[in-house]
Amino acid sequence: MATIKVKVNGVEHTSDVEPRLLLVHYIREVLRLTGTHIGCDTSHCGACTVIMDGRAVKSCTVFAIQADGRDVLTVEGLERDGKLHPLQEGFFQEHGLQCGYCTPGMLMTGAAFLESNSAPTEDEIRHAISGNLCRCTGYVNIVKAYQYAAQKMRKGGA
Amino acid sequence: MIPRSFEYSAPGTLNEAVSLLQKLGPDAKILSGGQSLIPMMKLRLASPPHIVDINRIPGLDYIKEEGGVLRIGALVRESDLEHSDLVRSRFPILFDTTSVIADPLVRNQATVCGNLAHGDPANDHPATMLALGASVVAIGPSGEREIPAEKFFPGLFTTALEPDEILKEIRIPIPPPSSGGSYIKLERKVGDFATAGVAVQITLDGSGNCSRAGIGLTNVGFTPIKATKAEASLQGKALDKSTIQQAAQLAASESQPADDIRGSADYKRDLVRVLTSRALERAVARAKGGK
Repeated sequence: MATIKVKVNGVEHTSDVEPRLLLVHYIREVLRLTGTHIGCDTSHCGACTVIMDGRAVKSCTVFAIQADGRDVLTVEGLERDGKLHPLQEGFFQEHGLQCGYCTPGMLMTGAAFLESNSAPTEDEIRHAISGNLCRCTGYVNIVKAYQYAAQKMRKGGA
Repeated sequence: MIPRSFEYSAPGTLNEAVSLLQKLGPDAKILSGGQSLIPMMKLRLASPPHIVDINRIPGLDYIKEEGGVLRIGALVRESDLEHSDLVRSRFPILFDTTSVIADPLVRNQATVCGNLAHGDPANDHPATMLALGASVVAIGPSGEREIPAEKFFPGLFTTALEPDEILKEIRIPIPPPSSGGSYIKLERKVGDFATAGVAVQITLDGSGNCSRAGIGLTNVGFTPIKATKAEASLQGKALDKSTIQQAAQLAASESQPADDIRGSADYKRDLVRVLTSRALERAVARAKGGK
């Protein structure tokens, strides 16, 4: 066992973990933050995406011990002061989900992406979500949700 | 899926990491981006008893041009390469390559050096490094040594690295003026390995003839393949349609693909021909100042 200190959604957690514990299991089973989903468990689907030190990563393919000393943002941390993140609002307004399974991953990928590209083209959005699979095939509305959020964030609505 | 238990170390310097490797021998495995290693550990295709995580070693995430050489440090992520202005403007072939590896999320973690050190013939950078005439720097107990890319991949999932060595840096000679390169990969979907991939880097002389050609092939053999006959066929020639077609044919004959879920050997061989021809055309256009 090793002791790690990880900041998750702004809250510092100190935990004893086995080195083989995956970040997604740490988030879901130790911290009980079950918004982050496990989908394929083989680094393909992106349902487990979280933001670590500003970069969107697949938490099923990172060990929790690698997050020691790092800053992790999960879907639970997107909402601020009772207000939805513009991207969450976009998914709501544009009907960007059907079953909802891919949604946390889509939101986290998008939250990191829109930080670095505030005026993306549709092509750039589709490229950005190419590591997140939606098996309801609702990509059209997901793209619209990203566009909604980008516009709102440009207007300073974030 | 949960990997087997392992011991974990996170050394703070390269020397510390090398000492650990020396002590642990083949029991140890380096963790950099982990985007190949961790899935293999989860599937229990790999169960290293000891993981040496090099991510805590500072100063290894550089991309810099120095003394006519582009140097890429051990902890440069694929997405760093993809977003580097230096790479975008001077090395379109590297941009081509990195942007078709896995997907953007994997590229945020995966390292360029790891893509070579893994020794997987399905990985994309090896072919590109062969085409560019790159070399790698290995650091071990007796110091550093430079290994040319063409000597780095002796066999399937095998590299020239000793068990107590770490791939510290990739070195790519800065191409002279009138050079161009490109990497073209056919994949069934984003995130898949190449059905086949071809990397081409050429330099034209004052009269527009080819003074240097490098051609590397992805996932059509047990190792990344340097298509030396195809390269030689271009030497000194004007890169017109018939020269390109001849080189493409030779590259296809140098590939050694196998039948698998991505296609038959015959299909992949012909794909190498088509991709080589397209990559050469694009490389020539870029050497002449095009995109």
